[in-house]
Amino acid sequence: MSIDKKITEDLVAAKIGFVTTVPCKQLAGVIDEVDKHPDIFHIPSNKEDEGMGLCAGAWMGGTRPMIIMQNTAIGVTINTLATLIQYYRMPLPMLISYRGELREPVACQVEMAVHTKALLDEMKIPTYHFHKQADADELPMILDYTFMCNKPVAILTDANFWGGYGDQ
Amino acid sequence: MIRSEVLKEIAPILRDHLVVCNIGIPSQELHAIDDQPTNFYMLGTMGLASSIGLGLALVQKKPVIVIDGDGSVLTNLGTLPTIGNNVADNYILMIIDNGSYGSTGDQPTYTGKRTDLAGMARAAGCENVVEVQDVDTGKALTEALESGKQTVMVVKCDSGNAKNPVITMDPVTIRDRFMGAVKA
Repeated sequence: MSIDKKITEDLVAAKIGFVTTVPCKQLAGVIDEVDKHPDIFHIPSNKEDEGMGLCAGAWMGGTRPMIIMQNTAIGVTINTLATLIQYYRMPLPMLISYRGELREPVACQVEMAVHTKALLDEMKIPTYHFHKQADADELPMILDYTFMCNKPVAILTDANFWGGYGDQ
Repeated sequence: MIRSEVLKEIAPILRDHLVVCNIGIPSQELHAIDDQPTNFYMLGTMGLASSIGLGLALVQKKPVIVIDGDGSVLTNLGTLPTIGNNVADNYILMIIDNGSYGSTGDQPTYTGKRTDLAGMARAAGCENVVEVQDVDTGKALTEALESGKQTVMVVKCDSGNAKNPVITMDPVTIRDRFMGAVKA
């Protein structure tokens, strides 16, 4: 089974039924699988804070949500994480492509990569870093943990995890 | 009419429905006029009322009324295409358009100048967009609820705020009782 399919099956097994995405080249495969899966309502959002609003509503409506986005979004969503997700104590698993790490071809991506873990740490957001594909074996546990503690939880997935950038 | 007068008039209609209310003075006004467990008050995060309401409407069947503002919609304009392309017929976005940022001192927004929110909503793909004068809000809201169609209402009213205390209810309490009302 491809890693994209495996991740999607883990989301469904964790009863996640509402996924919002802002795309990244590395996340294209998993977004595709999420979009195809009949048990998931996939709603692309135009900006990640908007996506977190959608997720907050879905969760209050009784459906487990998730957001899939790039790490640049951490810069966009600090206020939303603090004043909506954390303030009202809502669970939100965040599957994040960790751009700007080893094998990154675009120099500007490094500018947010160097802040990513520091910002997550400052926000006291539990953070997991997938570097090798076997690391994804922990995904079901991370999802259970997120919905147990009602917190936003970050899952950073770097280029090594996704197998590089292809022809770039 | 100013926003609080509009809210006072439609409170009996809102009372029976799930309401997601915009940050700041709008939430303070609704809280003072008719606090209900079916009201979700935003205490922060300007701009996301329409998104929270849409997420809620898409996963369950009860009608959801979002009370938003012109300034808040302008800060999250990406919401309009998302609403237009993900039709939830139990979703009503009511934008109280008083042409000003009420909670911060009534500074003018662009909707009081050349920007037309109803036109933007239509261009974003929203099908049922109605422009309403303040005095007709109750009638238009009832029609929107009875239509069973996703509706965006742009309610034109005067700028100004009623004086009410800030909401001191704990956010987790607001959220928990709201979730109870969703399930009830």
